Amino acid sequence: MSTARARRPSALHLVLLPLSAVMVTPLAWMLLVSVSTQAESRRFPPGLPAGIEWENYVAALRDAPLGSWLFNSFVVSVVCVAGNLLLCSLAGYAFARIRFIGSRLAFFLVLATLMVPFQIVMLPLLIMMRSLGLVDTLGALIAPNLATAFGVFLMRQFFTTLPRELEEAARIDGASRLRTLFGVLLPLMRPTLATLAVLTFLQTWNDFLWPLIAVQSPGVMTVQIGLQSFQGAHTTNWPKLMAGTVLSQLPVLLVFFFAQRFFVRSVAAAGIK
Amino acid sequence: MTPDRRKLADHAAGWGFAAPAVILIGAFGLVPVVWSFALSFQRTDLTSPGTFIGGDNYAKLVADPLFWDAAERTLVYVALFVPITLVLALPVAVMLNQKIRGVVLYRLAVSVPLVTSTVATGIMFNWLANPQFGLVNAALDAVGLPKQGFFTDPGQALYVVVAMTVWGWLGFAVIIYLAALQNVPKDLLEASALDGCGRVRSFWHVELPLVAPATGFLVVWLTINGLQLFDAVYVTTKGGPLRATTVLVYHLYNEAFVSFDGGYAAAIGCAVFLVIGVFTLVQLRFNRRTSIYEAR
Repeated sequence: MSTARARRPSALHLVLLPLSAVMVTPLAWMLLVSVSTQAESRRFPPGLPAGIEWENYVAALRDAPLGSWLFNSFVVSVVCVAGNLLLCSLAGYAFARIRFIGSRLAFFLVLATLMVPFQIVMLPLLIMMRSLGLVDTLGALIAPNLATAFGVFLMRQFFTTLPRELEEAARIDGASRLRTLFGVLLPLMRPTLATLAVLTFLQTWNDFLWPLIAVQSPGVMTVQIGLQSFQGAHTTNWPKLMAGTVLSQLPVLLVFFFAQRFFVRSVAAAGIK
Repeated sequence: MTPDRRKLADHAAGWGFAAPAVILIGAFGLVPVVWSFALSFQRTDLTSPGTFIGGDNYAKLVADPLFWDAAERTLVYVALFVPITLVLALPVAVMLNQKIRGVVLYRLAVSVPLVTSTVATGIMFNWLANPQFGLVNAALDAVGLPKQGFFTDPGQALYVVVAMTVWGWLGFAVIIYLAALQNVPKDLLEASALDGCGRVRSFWHVELPLVAPATGFLVVWLTINGLQLFDAVYVTTKGGPLRATTVLVYHLYNEAFVSFDGGYAAAIGCAVFLVIGVFTLVQLRFNRRTSIYEAR
């Protein structure tokens, strides 16, 4: 079969190759512009740069507080990932395995929030953050994303698929619920935890509308909001803007390439973007 | 332990485990819904306490031509974005489901826009579609067509937003379709081949009906996201030119954070929520198997 394939390439390449080119061109051109000179970025028709201007990256890091924006995004994403892994595991386990009063109503209400569009939540959320004194701090970006309904749902689904005998054996041996959860069950759920981590990271890193209204000072902006403000202020300097954009996308692209397996699962599971 | 004390311990443990997440989600996900509904009956700038004004915001909404224009643009956007994404995604998924050389690379190429943030996407498209030196105009110029205004042309801007968001979402739809196609039992395809079905006929009569639940899920999901279009507009046209891309959520944003009419913005939000809710319920009735995909 493989020899037959090698002899006669599929005609599908005629469709897939141009399609892939269209999909990749915007990203590829972003890379090219990011190493072009100012003049090269605005000539017509556009072409390949003559040399590689690393200076654009230096300039983007120096002139815009890109470093602190990346750092802010990193802090928010990492804290939210950690929060979701811990809190959604705990809640997911409780909803899957413990019979307690009000659990069905609580789980239903958690699920119901999945249906709610964010723009109906954001106005009161802003008022709440203001009264908590969190507006214009990273806390405002972290608090609402520390535990997500989707995370609770995902973890509960996977806890219900684990055989009960596993934890019963541990419980009979005298292990507490907490020890059973962390010592026996969670190590078995690494792929699910990875899925949740990848998803939470992508969502918080790429989040736009909430940070746009919740923070204003350049020092507390995430990289997405920072780049947006940078775009408004520097539309003329395309190479520098593109260099900043490339840097902002590096972490998610790394996650994408190294966690492909989990990534495809996450997408199929949640429908991000 | 007596059974009663055991039960009590379960209630305590259950709430102990679930409470942190439930309280956070309740406070930041559920309370705001009720609060937003209350806001929609107030006059408020979201900073100082509001005053109750009854249904005035809803009366304003019904009479506001800008609201209806935005609603119309949103519908035009959704009516283009959803079908175009679906019609492109299914054949691509079918092709990527074949055992051909380099299929892994093709899958990578199609799904990479998925992780690209809307800001990065917007910045890229701002450059690609730049009227003076963008790549798209260079391509048009090369084949002898006139240069276009794209985001700067009120007659084109919304369609460029459609193109940009299709680019961003295609990979998602392809992944969902691929998962569905891989679940089509091989023996069904073999049986149809034995019965003399060609590739094309077995696609129409075997694969297409079997991926219908995936289509149902995608219609719901893409429509819900399309009705909430905001980020892609903010980073490219800011609702312009001449309000040509001011969709519903953009109108809401303007009212809340430019005109500081938080109560009216909340009323718009409730209207969008109502439309999304009704649409979702109707779709779910037509397509109960959708939940399979949500649960994966």
